Amino acid sequence: MGFKEILLILLGLAALFGIGYLVVYLVGKYKEKKKAEQLALESGANAAELARAKEIQRKEKEAYVPADQLRAFRVKRTTLKVITYIFLILIALFILIPFYWMVITSFKSAEEIAATKPSLIPNKITFEAYKNIFQLELNPNGTLKRGVPFLYMFGNTILVGFFTTVFTVISVVFSAFAFSRLRFKGSDVLFTILLSTMMVPGEVFIITNYGTVSRLGWVGARLNDDTVKIIGNYLAMILPFIGSVFYTFYLRQTFKQVSDELYYAAKVDGVGDFKYLFKIMIPIAKPTIITITILSLMGSWNAYIWPNLVTDFQNYKMWLVSNGLSNAFRSTIELTGPGNVLNQQMAGSLIVTLPLLIVFFTLKKYIMRGVVRGGTKG
Amino acid sequence: MLEWKKDGWKAAIALGPTLLIMAVFTFYPIVNTFIMAFRNNYKFLSGVDEGFGIQNFVTVLSDPRFLGALKNTLLMVVVSVPITVILSILIAVALNSIERLRGFFQTIFFLPYVTNTIALGLVFNTVFHKDFGLFNSLFNLGAVDWLGAETTYWRAFFVLMVYTVWNGLAFKIIVLLSGLQNIDKQYYQAAAIDGASKWRIFRKITIPLLSPMILYTTITSFIGAFKVYTSVISLFGKGAGASNSFGPDNMLITVVGYIYNKLWEAGTPFGVASAGSVILFVIILLITLIQRRVSKSRVHY
Repeated sequence: MGFKEILLILLGLAALFGIGYLVVYLVGKYKEKKKAEQLALESGANAAELARAKEIQRKEKEAYVPADQLRAFRVKRTTLKVITYIFLILIALFILIPFYWMVITSFKSAEEIAATKPSLIPNKITFEAYKNIFQLELNPNGTLKRGVPFLYMFGNTILVGFFTTVFTVISVVFSAFAFSRLRFKGSDVLFTILLSTMMVPGEVFIITNYGTVSRLGWVGARLNDDTVKIIGNYLAMILPFIGSVFYTFYLRQTFKQVSDELYYAAKVDGVGDFKYLFKIMIPIAKPTIITITILSLMGSWNAYIWPNLVTDFQNYKMWLVSNGLSNAFRSTIELTGPGNVLNQQMAGSLIVTLPLLIVFFTLKKYIMRGVVRGGTKG
Repeated sequence: MLEWKKDGWKAAIALGPTLLIMAVFTFYPIVNTFIMAFRNNYKFLSGVDEGFGIQNFVTVLSDPRFLGALKNTLLMVVVSVPITVILSILIAVALNSIERLRGFFQTIFFLPYVTNTIALGLVFNTVFHKDFGLFNSLFNLGAVDWLGAETTYWRAFFVLMVYTVWNGLAFKIIVLLSGLQNIDKQYYQAAAIDGASKWRIFRKITIPLLSPMILYTTITSFIGAFKVYTSVISLFGKGAGASNSFGPDNMLITVVGYIYNKLWEAGTPFGVASAGSVILFVIILLITLIQRRVSKSRVHY
């Protein structure tokens, strides 16, 4: 691929952005105009009057500033705007190119990838990579030889994510309620202790927790282990992550915004504390609770270190999404050489990324709100 | 005002189960890991040790691998944090200054936040592939090996930085943009009346009023960069625990990577990994303390 092609593609993208911008701009202008006309009609003014008023406004503006200065100002403002948009478009390209590369590579055939110059658009769209990764091939001893066990990975992640999230939300709701409404001895001290645990890096917990679950016999369930051992392995992935100081803190802030008068009124009416929590506090704090639920589920989807530590590398039936993806391609790379599996790697990455993107686009406002209040990644 | 009833028993019901789980998986580990760090040659399965001491810390601090990991991590922090923070300030200010397409750009810039680190690591691995990668062909570099067996330290480091910046922008942009939108418009109006230039407005109004948010993102990215692990592993695509999960001869190993490798290593007592994690904790504590001092003297609230 030469310089000319790159230039062409960049020009094409720029044109695409330009057309998109133009359309948005024109639609916006049109809407503004419609709105102004509507307003004018409503206020009873006619079109001629409107035009005269505009003319006067324009003349007034020019009367204050000399024409050449005004022009210089406009040129400067436009230049700045153009530079701003070019900058933003370049950053957007930087962000989008890996996604684009992932999508197109996943639809290429192995032969096309092995051709000397990578193409920016697949010559022929094939589903070869998808067919290959969904086809599981096992070794005689039952371990995975080839393919990505998405069914197990997704199933396990949903199972672990579901239980972790349900128990976390219950724990967080009750804790936040206790710390925002109930008055008990040592409440401030306890809350400070909880907050200070947030400063401790995860590795400190993981080392001892690994020891704890190992002693309970909950780690590394093998392919032919019995149900008890397998349930233990799941518990090892769920239990340590129930409850969250950060979410408790976040929900407590929301609970605190509920006015005290409401609480006293409920008390006067003889409503108990827990009834008050369920009938009033939870409905009011629903958006925050939804945010916590989504972030917790996304956390399970992205969890890598702990699941990788406590499950057996050989037992693909216990893999979660992240460590499964990593493990699957680790063994495949060794078997077939990198040239043949690039499209499979990208197909696997796409399948793992897609659910997250779908959740993001449907629940954007909850996710972004939660992140502003304090994200954890990056 | 209404008389408060003692809510002790209700609090016990509300907090009891959570505290029970936290006692096992949060409070006990903090205490236990610290103790293990000071137990010489402690075998966790049998519970036998050879008394207390600082042997583990001596082992860790005199291990060239650990010093290498510390050097790598510091380098990653020093390079990636300023780049991401400055770039995200610029992007947030640019986003705040436009009206059309703001939501569109905001959504694009947020995408890396909602992706799986392992999956996108594999994508970057493919983009920087020696023979079939986009990067080499885009810049006509020939068969330069970025992440394979023949890569050099700085080449792999470069790719890691590109991935880290790519991954880290989203969160900071969102936080900084919300900070910008909370700045009172009156300051800008006053500056406009006085005829202040854009650059002057940026320096004298935007930056000072944004400083709490800038400090917050800087500190979180400092701490995040010190704990970097998964992104390095995912980039090389070998998985954790392999002899080359951090590149050929583990050359880009990080502090957290060192801790986990010691945890896995057969025959190495748990105390070594514990000592490593205590050192990491102290580093993070120091950053937090420095942040407190800086925010008292420098940040404009």
